[in-house]
Amino acid sequence: MLKLPIYLDHNATTPCDPRVVEAMVPYFTHAFGNAASRNHPFGWQAEEAVDIAREQVAKLIGADPKEIIFTSGATEGDNLAIKGVYEMYASKGNHIITCNIEHKAVLDTCRHLEKEGAEITYLNVKPNGLIDLAELEAAIKPATILIAIMYANNEIGTVMPIPEISSIARKHGVLVFTDGVQAVGKIPVEVNKDGIDLMAFTAHKMYGPKGVGALYVRRKNPRVKVTAQIDGGGHERGMRSGTLNVPGIVGFGKACEICMQEMEADAKRISFLRDKLENALLKVEETYLNGDKESRLPHVSNISFKYVEGEGLMMGFNKNIALSSGSACTSASLEPSYVLKALGLGDDLAHSSLRFGLGRFTTEEQIDYTIEQVTNAANKLREMSPLWEMFKDGIDLNTIEWAHH
Amino acid sequence: MAYSEKVIDHYQHPKNVGMLDKSKNNVGTGLVGAPECGDVMRLQIEVDEATGVIRDAKFKTFGCGSAIASSSLATEWLKGKSVDEAVKIDNMTIVEELNLPPVKIHCSVLAEDAIKAAINDYRKKNGLEELQYEESAIH
Repeated sequence: MLKLPIYLDHNATTPCDPRVVEAMVPYFTHAFGNAASRNHPFGWQAEEAVDIAREQVAKLIGADPKEIIFTSGATEGDNLAIKGVYEMYASKGNHIITCNIEHKAVLDTCRHLEKEGAEITYLNVKPNGLIDLAELEAAIKPATILIAIMYANNEIGTVMPIPEISSIARKHGVLVFTDGVQAVGKIPVEVNKDGIDLMAFTAHKMYGPKGVGALYVRRKNPRVKVTAQIDGGGHERGMRSGTLNVPGIVGFGKACEICMQEMEADAKRISFLRDKLENALLKVEETYLNGDKESRLPHVSNISFKYVEGEGLMMGFNKNIALSSGSACTSASLEPSYVLKALGLGDDLAHSSLRFGLGRFTTEEQIDYTIEQVTNAANKLREMSPLWEMFKDGIDLNTIEWAHH
Repeated sequence: MAYSEKVIDHYQHPKNVGMLDKSKNNVGTGLVGAPECGDVMRLQIEVDEATGVIRDAKFKTFGCGSAIASSSLATEWLKGKSVDEAVKIDNMTIVEELNLPPVKIHCSVLAEDAIKAAINDYRKKNGLEELQYEESAIH
């Protein structure tokens, strides 16, 4: 029996794997010590648990455990990396290069630094959602201290060419920070092979708990330092003060260990389901795939259903299927997705998009149901859509003078 | 954000979806909004020429559930009203009836604009002066 509702919004968050929860439980109750309590068994027990988790997290990305700074999540990691580098390397320069489809945690941090005197270059992406490497290299100047490009995009799942980006950065002596939130645990990410100097990621996108994440900070070739953004007891080698969230960190470690073991098999199974869903939905008339079809995460598909509005479309099934839309109506701002607009999509197509994010526990039965429900909802809404009727009558919508609000 | 039951009901069972014959003199058509804004409404009225009463009303809407519900409700309210009464339909009564949250008020404004545009189209076709409306808040 199919259990409803179905969750297909794994880019927003993932459920905790039961094995993760099981690992965490003792650290709420009897093993509750403060990892910084150096003088008694409660503290030792907590510290040991954190050490093990630090190793598990480091191993997943091919790092040294000493290079892992635990944070409250990726927003904090993004802030710490970008602001921390900006302050630490102020004598070297004030220029940062990023791109216009980054997560708000990166874009808003950059905007904040602009007010403090930073110069930020926001690279445009190509229609497939990838940056142009020649454009990146051309943007580098003597004052450039950091390139901040996400590993994979949260809305369209596009995977950026990080190894190529970092080899350009190396050539010019510029540090590379990547927001690895969507990629780590889903596809192989190796900091040395990929040439990453700093990377933020978070547990809750990889079947771990919310409220815990990590910032990878390279210690060798080159040794990277960031200025702390939270002052206090000097935890995490002075880079991030605050009592460690021991149960969260233990869960994060376990989540990384599971990803390490199961990522490959998961990706294979999930991408099969994703492709099945995508192929079926792209057979519906006037539907379009957003983002690069090749260089992308295995579990994401972003599709525009032309002539219907995304939120209206979701309303046809959102009691039973949870997913996201790039439509303005799902946000308070009434602006459609800036990511889709950056791809050069017209606002009308951006308003018409749905993001499907599959996950570890997604089944084929759920996908079959989703195909049927989404197709029916799109057909039903098109019957109600004046734009669909005009399209069917051969009227070019661009020739109509719309009353713009 | 959860939708009100009335919005869901109109979305699931929209009233008066369709098209009236635009070429007829007693049919007024209003097309408002823009695809880029995520809302387009086409609302039509058919007026009984002898009585001046709206005999039929139809809509098609591209937009979110609240936009669909606002236009569906508007067509229901239009039927049986005289053109002069119909002009007085205010977007806030739609907001109240459908329990729209502040972020969806623009949907009701669009429905009011669509009614007025349809009435003006009807008036124009019949040699009447087009009514001047105050600019709505979101223009």
